[in-house]
Amino acid sequence: MTFDASHGAEAPPELVQLLTPEGERVHHPVYDIDLTAEEVRALYRDLVLVRRVDMEAVALQRQGELGIWASLLGQEAAQIGSGRALTDADMAFPTYREHGVAWCRGVDPVNLLGLFRGVNHGGWDPAEHNFHLYTIVIGSQTLHAVGYAMGIQRDGAEAASIVYFGDGATSQGDVNEAFIWASVFNAPIVFFCQNNQWAISEPLEKQSRIPLYRRASGFGFPGVRVDGNDVFACLAVTRQALKNAREGQGPTLVEAFTYRMGAHTTSDDPTRYRVAGELEAWKLKDPIERVKAYLFKNQLADQDFFDKVDAEATDLGRDVRKRCLEMPDPHPLEMFDHVYAEPHSLLTEEREQYAAYLATFEGGVR
Amino acid sequence: MSTLTLAKAINEGLRAAMEEDPKVLIMGEDVGKLGGVFRVTDGLQKDFGESRVIDTPLAESGIIGTAIGLALRGYRPVCEIQFDGFVFPAADQIITQLAKMPLRSLGKLKLPVVVRIPCGGGIGAVEHHSESPEAYFTHTGGLRVVACSNPADAYHMIRQAIRSDDPVIFFEPKRRYWEKAEVDKNATPLPFDRGQIVRPGTDVTVLAYGPMVKTCLEAAAAAAEEGRSVEVVDLRTLSPLDTDLIYESVRRTGRCVVAHEAPVYSGLGAEIAARVTEACFYSLEAPVLRVGGFSTPYPPSRLEDHYLPDLDRVLDAVDRAFAF
Ligand SMILES: Cc1ncc(C[n+]2csc(CCOP(=O)(O)OP(=O)(O)O)c2C)c(N)n1
Repeated sequence: MTFDASHGAEAPPELVQLLTPEGERVHHPVYDIDLTAEEVRALYRDLVLVRRVDMEAVALQRQGELGIWASLLGQEAAQIGSGRALTDADMAFPTYREHGVAWCRGVDPVNLLGLFRGVNHGGWDPAEHNFHLYTIVIGSQTLHAVGYAMGIQRDGAEAASIVYFGDGATSQGDVNEAFIWASVFNAPIVFFCQNNQWAISEPLEKQSRIPLYRRASGFGFPGVRVDGNDVFACLAVTRQALKNAREGQGPTLVEAFTYRMGAHTTSDDPTRYRVAGELEAWKLKDPIERVKAYLFKNQLADQDFFDKVDAEATDLGRDVRKRCLEMPDPHPLEMFDHVYAEPHSLLTEEREQYAAYLATFEGGVR
Repeated sequence: MSTLTLAKAINEGLRAAMEEDPKVLIMGEDVGKLGGVFRVTDGLQKDFGESRVIDTPLAESGIIGTAIGLALRGYRPVCEIQFDGFVFPAADQIITQLAKMPLRSLGKLKLPVVVRIPCGGGIGAVEHHSESPEAYFTHTGGLRVVACSNPADAYHMIRQAIRSDDPVIFFEPKRRYWEKAEVDKNATPLPFDRGQIVRPGTDVTVLAYGPMVKTCLEAAAAAAEEGRSVEVVDLRTLSPLDTDLIYESVRRTGRCVVAHEAPVYSGLGAEIAARVTEACFYSLEAPVLRVGGFSTPYPPSRLEDHYLPDLDRVLDAVDRAFAF
């Protein structure tokens, strides 16, 4: 049997879903959760705000203020659902697209822009937010997350680690090694794969002939596929997986079945490889619209609430834009800072030489 | 004659090689429908099919490892590594296997694998997209390492690389991909292990390769306005080095500057400086000087103009060579 990744078509039956695209609440024997009206409204607000930050970043890139941007459009529910499942003690290891998870961890969105603007390689303190630096090299962070989880395990701490990666990443040796280590050491970790159907131009069939969540069984731990556009389901499934990890039951692979609505990055041209119908089909499954429909239908929020969230999003977008433009270029000599923790004579020498060279220019700038 | 960008010249070189030899395969991430992120393989899958232009899984070690297997079976794979910084997951296969298997078989196995790597900075990218990893590979016996700098050379060099029975690491200067020049496809190319004087001069030899060749030519033009005659040599081949050409030039000019984007420390310039000093000691008017990157990770893009040696820094080194 070959596996049809079914771009845009009906999702396969084994998908955990708690909220339909039409905003109907459905129940699941294992993963049901109770959410108060307030909690649902909070999730809605998160979804709207991160989408706005993302939109603003895309616009900033178009205006030349960012070198590049990797949009999360379409993946908000996967990121907010899983991100809100974390406790403060849990540690998250992202790729370069986890702006929504970063939001949940309290990382200032402007700090995310710094990397893409080219003023730093990641401007936040991972320990402060329990949110690791973005990782560009595909799959590398999965091993770090397992090692971190092994540390948690040794410390006997009530925590777990969660690592994010894409469908393409599952082909990397590192990711497969991470599966093995996590399994063998029974590490408290959740592997959170956002299957957005594409690795740049390559569809899922170029990475796997079986559904990704089923890979887990070959490594000896459970895998579950969740509707990645359903924030309730992503929250419920991730919460359970984290709980299992914290309670000593080892790793889980969560495959969030979703779709990358935008280009891979702002440098990519998806019209070269994907068909228009696919995008249309996925638009109907929008992660935000279904929560909105649910809130409306169940009279859990009125128009005033939605207007307020929109206004807040507008303010946030404006604020992010303003502070992005204010981000200064680093001083050239900062290049030599933080390369080593302790003084390093070679670097000291190079720094001095370069400072002397800069001084030969008018005003010390060139 | 046609006027081509560097990217297109490589594309046409690949196409010619595929037409010439049915055993030539292209493999890598996004090389098919997308034509590669730099469009170097644009249109090849359409014309040669999915079995000859292979979109691989996202796994660099897998790309090189399977290319080795295909080569063992008589194919000539040309692998694309999407960006310089992503060759490291494949470093194990390249260094421990690709480079060493021919020797281990006492020459019975040949591994005609080409590893194409878009290299270097200057395009405003995020980290891992701007590196110059050549020294890791020139340090490894068993590999040929070359770097093209212009469309005409690129067209012929990629064909030579594919024809070579040795594994070849083929560096493409990504910030020069969109620069155009005349390409004479019928010209007789330079031998694969030769460098080239790209601007003759009498006062100082500047050695460069890949993206720095253009920068050094610009520096030479600027120096000429001040009455200084700078000879620019495009090394083209980094392993082996065309030492005959280098020594001949340095003996004539008496001064030598080596420029590359990679960090100066333990870089290729160090090897060249040592060799030139040994071979040309009595002709030298000044020590061999090096210009290059710093011993830091490649900086955020807003600082890359400081990291990358530019015309001013090359000229500064030339001035220093005259100050002795
Ligand atoms: C080791 C490595 N190889 C290649 C790349 C270039 N690259 C960046 S993103 C990407 C596709 C990633 O796809 P996926 O894992 O599905 O994640 P997505 O971006 O779709 O979220 C590639 C090939 C890289 N960053 N790292």
